[in-house]
Amino acid sequence: MTGFIARRLVQSIVVVLLVTVIVFILLHLLPGGPARAQLGPRATPIAIANFNHEMGYDRPVPVQYWTWLEQLATGNLGFSVKLNQSVLSLIGERLPKTLILTVLSTLFALVVAIPLGVVQAVRRNQPSDYAITFWAFVFYATPPFFLGVVLIVVFSVYLPILPAEAPQSSSLGVILSQPAGLILPVLTLALLTVAQFSRYMRSSVIENLAEDYVRTARAKGAGEWTVLVRHVLRNSLIPIATLLGLSLPAIFSGALITEAVFNFPGMGELFWTAAQTQDYPIMLGITVLVGLATVIGSLLADLAYAALDPRVRFA
Amino acid sequence: MTAVPADDAALPESRRGGSALARTVSTFLENRLAAVGVGIVVLFILFCYLGPLLYHTDQTHIELSDATLGPSAAHPLGTNEVGYDQLGRLMVGGQSSLEVGIAAALLATAFGTLWGAIAGYAGGFVDAAMMRIVDALLAVPALFLLLFLSSIARPNVGLLILVIALISWLGPARLVRGQALTLRTRDYVRSVRLMGGGPMRAVLRHIAPNAIGTVVVNATFQVADAILTVAALSFLGLGIPPPAANWGDMLSNGINYTYDGYWWLIYPPGLAIVLVVVAFNLVGDALRDSFDVRLRRR
Repeated sequence: MTGFIARRLVQSIVVVLLVTVIVFILLHLLPGGPARAQLGPRATPIAIANFNHEMGYDRPVPVQYWTWLEQLATGNLGFSVKLNQSVLSLIGERLPKTLILTVLSTLFALVVAIPLGVVQAVRRNQPSDYAITFWAFVFYATPPFFLGVVLIVVFSVYLPILPAEAPQSSSLGVILSQPAGLILPVLTLALLTVAQFSRYMRSSVIENLAEDYVRTARAKGAGEWTVLVRHVLRNSLIPIATLLGLSLPAIFSGALITEAVFNFPGMGELFWTAAQTQDYPIMLGITVLVGLATVIGSLLADLAYAALDPRVRFA
Repeated sequence: MTAVPADDAALPESRRGGSALARTVSTFLENRLAAVGVGIVVLFILFCYLGPLLYHTDQTHIELSDATLGPSAAHPLGTNEVGYDQLGRLMVGGQSSLEVGIAAALLATAFGTLWGAIAGYAGGFVDAAMMRIVDALLAVPALFLLLFLSSIARPNVGLLILVIALISWLGPARLVRGQALTLRTRDYVRSVRLMGGGPMRAVLRHIAPNAIGTVVVNATFQVADAILTVAALSFLGLGIPPPAANWGDMLSNGINYTYDGYWWLIYPPGLAIVLVVVAFNLVGDALRDSFDVRLRRR
């Protein structure tokens, strides 16, 4: 197991480097370029050449990449000329908001979806299963910006009980001191996740209930509760572990649409703005963080397979 | 025996005999929710493709004197901010939403399933190399890939399908590979090798069919995801430019008028998306039940 983890960590570094190379090359293939985005459509060719020279964008791409890597190794993610701030401090400002949104909504989703899925599987094809299924389908099928707008219309316009905007502050303490403002954005993200998790959970529990080991456990006289919790639940959590692993990078990539609807500029908005103004340092910085989170998430998902399903062995 | 298929006792005769295909089809047909799902999809296909033949509207020329009219006899669902008839636009917009959604999902699921099954069954270096590629692509933010692809070419239906398939085959690949990791240790898969069957046979005849539950459930979510991704792209201004339309464009355009009371610009396209996506999920869910032979008494 230790060998497996060590090997995966080495692979992870390779993946992250691969990602930075891909992104670096793609960025330099984009039409326009940062100078045009920074100086505007009326900049003279000389001004553009000067800007590119000053920023080092006129050097060969491999040289630029190497310089960027050297800086990265010292923990320097670069500096955004557009926003006149270091990438690290920009991320530091935005990260708390996205963290609150994604962590709260994922926790809410897990707490709600796992029991829902089990109940549905056990009572499958009964009215309660159909009712939960109906709502899961509806929420899953609703585009987040539509769901957000409907929630705002219902809870802020017709029944004015909740604010239509998330708390407007970049400090964690201030945001958390206004929990009412967080309810609608967290709910917008969480309802989609609940719908998704509970579908997978239901499928997975039904599949496991038909397995031989369940029959064996019953034959040995185990009660329904023991069979469900000790045998079925453990094996049924495997798809959820994968989905959770896959959702880890959302902490750094953000939830752009929900952030936009509730005016809560987090990582998604930072990346979006950077992409539109071709702010290379920000895009590269966020990509590295998302890349790291992704490889760590998928490593954790693999470890979860082994922990949850004893049939899986890593050679 | 209480929690396992309580409905088994009531199994009709039709499910016990006949070929595997006949049993699959009959189980599918007995599911009323599946019928509802198929019904909704068929209705929308008729609405989008036959509708414009019966209900003629001009979806190309702007008519500003008819802008934002409420529902009336002439315009049952009113008009939008440049005077297009909303009902007619719903028909035309549905065509591209459905085409992009279904095509992208099929492409992504087929490719992802094969990729995951091969990686999981092969194991070792092949698995490692194949999954590192998936990891690397997953690790590039989807938004970045979408922005990149939309900025190098003029948005059109074909490009949208490719873009969405490119970011969505990774999910099924990982899920199927997870299942293949477990399946390859099962006795019936090992016996394939003992009996001299090649790896392609094991993957195509045993691993992929046994992962079908996951694949089918995932494929329906993929159609849902694709239609929703189109909507999200439209919200971000990366959709297909007017006068072409899709439900996502119509909806994201409509929510600009949330506080103006133009409800007919918001709820019809929103409900169309929700209904179609729900319908695909109902169909997929019923397919899951009918494919899963282990849940049936033989």
